[in-house]
Amino acid sequence: MQEALRRFRHWAERRLPALTRYRRPESLPILLHQRRIYIVPTAFGGAFTVLLLIMLTGALNYSNNAALMLTCMLGASASASMLVAFRSLNGLRLTNVRHGHAIAGEPMVLQLVFAGGDHAHASIHAEMDGQIEAFAVTAQGEVVVSMNLPTEHRGWQPLPRIKLWSNWPLGLFHAWSWIHPDQSVLVWPHPETGGPPPAMPAQDGKQQRLHHGEDIAALRAYRAGDPQRHIAWKHSARHESLLVKDFEQPEAQEEWLLDWRQLSQLVPEMRIERLARWLGEAEAVGRPTSLWLPSEDISLGHGRSHYAHCMNALARLP
Amino acid sequence: MIRWPLFRRKSQPPLEQRPFDLLCITIVVVLGVHAPHIPWWLTLPLAATLWLRWRQRHQRMGHAPSYLKLPLVALLVGAVVFHYDTLFGREPGAALVAGLMVLKLLETETARDARVGTAFACFALMSALLFDQSLVATSLVALGLLPAIATLRALEPAHPKSTTLPRDLLPALGLLGASLPLALVAFLFLPRLSSPLWGAPNAAQSRPGLSPDMSPGNFGEVLLDDRPAMRVTFEGTPPPNEQRYFRAYVLGNYDGRTWRSLPRAGTTAAEEHGPVIHYTVSLEATGQRVLPALDIPVEATANAQLGPDRELRADNPVNDPVTYRLGSAPGYHLQTQLSDRDRSNALQLPAGFDPRARALGARWRTQYGSNDAAIIQAAMGLFHDGGFSYTLAPAPLGTNAVDDFLFGTHEGFCEHYASSFTVLMRAAGIPARVVTGYQGGYWNTMGNYLLVRQADAHAWSEVWLPQRGWVRLDPTAAVRPTRISQGSAAANAATADWSPNHWWLGWRNRWDIVNQWWNQGVIGFNSLRQHGLLTPFGVRDPSVGMLGLVLAIGGSLLAMLGLWWALWKRPDRDQARAAMQLLEKRLAAAGVARRRSEGPQHYLSRAARALPNQRAELEQLMRTYLELRYAHDEPPTDLLKNFRQATRDFRPRRVFK
Repeated sequence: MQEALRRFRHWAERRLPALTRYRRPESLPILLHQRRIYIVPTAFGGAFTVLLLIMLTGALNYSNNAALMLTCMLGASASASMLVAFRSLNGLRLTNVRHGHAIAGEPMVLQLVFAGGDHAHASIHAEMDGQIEAFAVTAQGEVVVSMNLPTEHRGWQPLPRIKLWSNWPLGLFHAWSWIHPDQSVLVWPHPETGGPPPAMPAQDGKQQRLHHGEDIAALRAYRAGDPQRHIAWKHSARHESLLVKDFEQPEAQEEWLLDWRQLSQLVPEMRIERLARWLGEAEAVGRPTSLWLPSEDISLGHGRSHYAHCMNALARLP
Repeated sequence: MIRWPLFRRKSQPPLEQRPFDLLCITIVVVLGVHAPHIPWWLTLPLAATLWLRWRQRHQRMGHAPSYLKLPLVALLVGAVVFHYDTLFGREPGAALVAGLMVLKLLETETARDARVGTAFACFALMSALLFDQSLVATSLVALGLLPAIATLRALEPAHPKSTTLPRDLLPALGLLGASLPLALVAFLFLPRLSSPLWGAPNAAQSRPGLSPDMSPGNFGEVLLDDRPAMRVTFEGTPPPNEQRYFRAYVLGNYDGRTWRSLPRAGTTAAEEHGPVIHYTVSLEATGQRVLPALDIPVEATANAQLGPDRELRADNPVNDPVTYRLGSAPGYHLQTQLSDRDRSNALQLPAGFDPRARALGARWRTQYGSNDAAIIQAAMGLFHDGGFSYTLAPAPLGTNAVDDFLFGTHEGFCEHYASSFTVLMRAAGIPARVVTGYQGGYWNTMGNYLLVRQADAHAWSEVWLPQRGWVRLDPTAAVRPTRISQGSAAANAATADWSPNHWWLGWRNRWDIVNQWWNQGVIGFNSLRQHGLLTPFGVRDPSVGMLGLVLAIGGSLLAMLGLWWALWKRPDRDQARAAMQLLEKRLAAAGVARRRSEGPQHYLSRAARALPNQRAELEQLMRTYLELRYAHDEPPTDLLKNFRQATRDFRPRRVFK
């Protein structure tokens, strides 16, 4: 049974690419319309039909016109719900796909932006790799659906096909459409779990010292000898003692000059993993880094965007 | 892994409160529509269970203990078997369905359970119509469908939330309303079964109304029953009130207490009669076979037989309202020749009963000789002047019922008078019998029909006179003439504390028109009327296939209407863009489709190159569009008008190379 089902599915996907998930990727925005929305009755719909037939037979047999009329009404409502199910998907647009960052093996947050047509779309489900999110879009409205995309390897990963479906309004019919956005996301390499720190020629274990910085770090009590212009008069007015603006900051960390060529003893993938770990460690303590790769040379920098830049470069390596 | 919707099995989240509430309402309606035919001691515990379960889930999302379920089902089955002695049949089935419906609620925890429960509730609602398909019952059942549909709707995730429960019912009403045209087409043209597939439900349920026998006093209940018995529409002028006698049962067999029918013998002899009145009767369900007909029917309808005593009997009991057309002749001569057997039957009196009445009859015979008319006159005079009174609550009668009434209590209603008069006639040697049926009725001027209520039930006598045949005589008229001339309500006014309120009466009559329409138009819609629908289109006797074809055509037309609704797009508010889209559509048909990345300028110049002989037009259109879009904050109206006109007029001419 299972085997026959699987083979039927394969056959269907080969022969009816439009019906099943094998649609070619297409560029955004993707509009759902009548040529790509399919409808089948659900299991409940089938059972309900059988029940309706039983009621119909009973009403006809006893020539009970009142029951016949209401059975017809129920049947007509069920048929009308098919159109409602179709209309729920029809006109829905996927306008944008936003994504966050993720290292290989961790799920990446995808934000699918759906826009409504000229009527409301109720009870839509987006299904991706068994993950289902239900949402509704108002007429001309916009909704952002967050989904987690599982990742495995670093590098470019195409977006999977997403199934949009709805059993609205009565759960009797299942309307669905496959969308396959022509878009890829960049997955960062997974850092190695442990290893040596980078060997820095300039590293001599100097004591960290404080130096005068530009920014105000804190307020502290006045000590004899503090310059008068550092006194925070406004704040002092609310306290019993004088307060002084403290401009002292810990000195910035020693920069790390990371270089692909230094790790020549490792296989390329290991090198990437190690560099990723170092970048991560440097990012955690705010240490400036530079990165030299065969593909590009990234000069010194720190902060989130610098980190992302470096990781993207690592991820793109062949 | 590929997941297919049909074969998915997974644990479902618990049911939300709103669908549960809606399901509870559905089940309340199910209990309500079944309550009239389920014993109250079963309905009340079921309602209590429903309420407890609702509270339990409402307050602490509790589950019903599983050890309760099986014993409760056993208890329900036991109670049904105890009351009805069986599980099968209409009434036990209904009790079981309603009970199981409530018990299903005990284990309703997921959306799947709620769906099963709702589908089952729809079935339970429909089954209530097997008992009563009046307008009120049908409307109640239709109302019950609303929470059922709303339940299914509320089960879908991310549905538009509404704040109050009644608002949840509105979309369901909309859906039912939208499906009404298709439902009507299906109802009208669905081929009916020529004969039932299995036995019709036994109408053992006794309906109050005329019974096939009569003993003085058993009409009492019926005469206070205000429900409609039948409605009569006359073709032409209706007969006057004095002639509105609808005969149902002809009773010739008396055993001292009860009048019963004689076994039917002989055939209907053709009789000479005066002009015939044609009319249509819509009879409410009686559970009996007899069809009341205006005195006297001249021919039988389809599926019915007319006896020699002009008693019209249907082949099957009237378990659902029926409509039939008849012709009757008020000026009739019935059985001018009486056979010896019929004569002895019509003179038979049980031995040992009512000695004084028999003596009185015999005395009249000796007193008046062979003058039957004088004897009848004497009997009528006795009722008129003998201190008799008309009351619906007479004193009880003993073994010699007629003697007690004639010489003792002196009070009674039509049954007493008809019975004793007939006994007196037989004692005097005049063939006589009792006829029961309806007399009078209320003329509904708005609906132009005669409404006959159960309270219009009446009994009278027929005596046989030589050369004249059977003659109707109504001794009640001698006692209370208003009963005949003004109807039962006037006659009963003294006993029943009911004063006619005209305002109330007006509404009741309007309501009765609606019921009449329902009975004739919906319940009485049978295959004969169905065939009549197609007669104007030249189809005389449509086959099942023909009906199916009409049904398919009607269904397809409505489906197209529905598709039009589903595919309809609101026209673009931006008129310039709408005009541009029209242009794009026409150009695409000519082979120049706009690419997704293409701006209007690029696209239209490409189109101008592709259609060289319309180059100037296209370039002009492009310039106008660009000006409309980019040259002004608010596009000038005449420019917009020009552009729309130009796009509408533009027809790309294909270039054949």
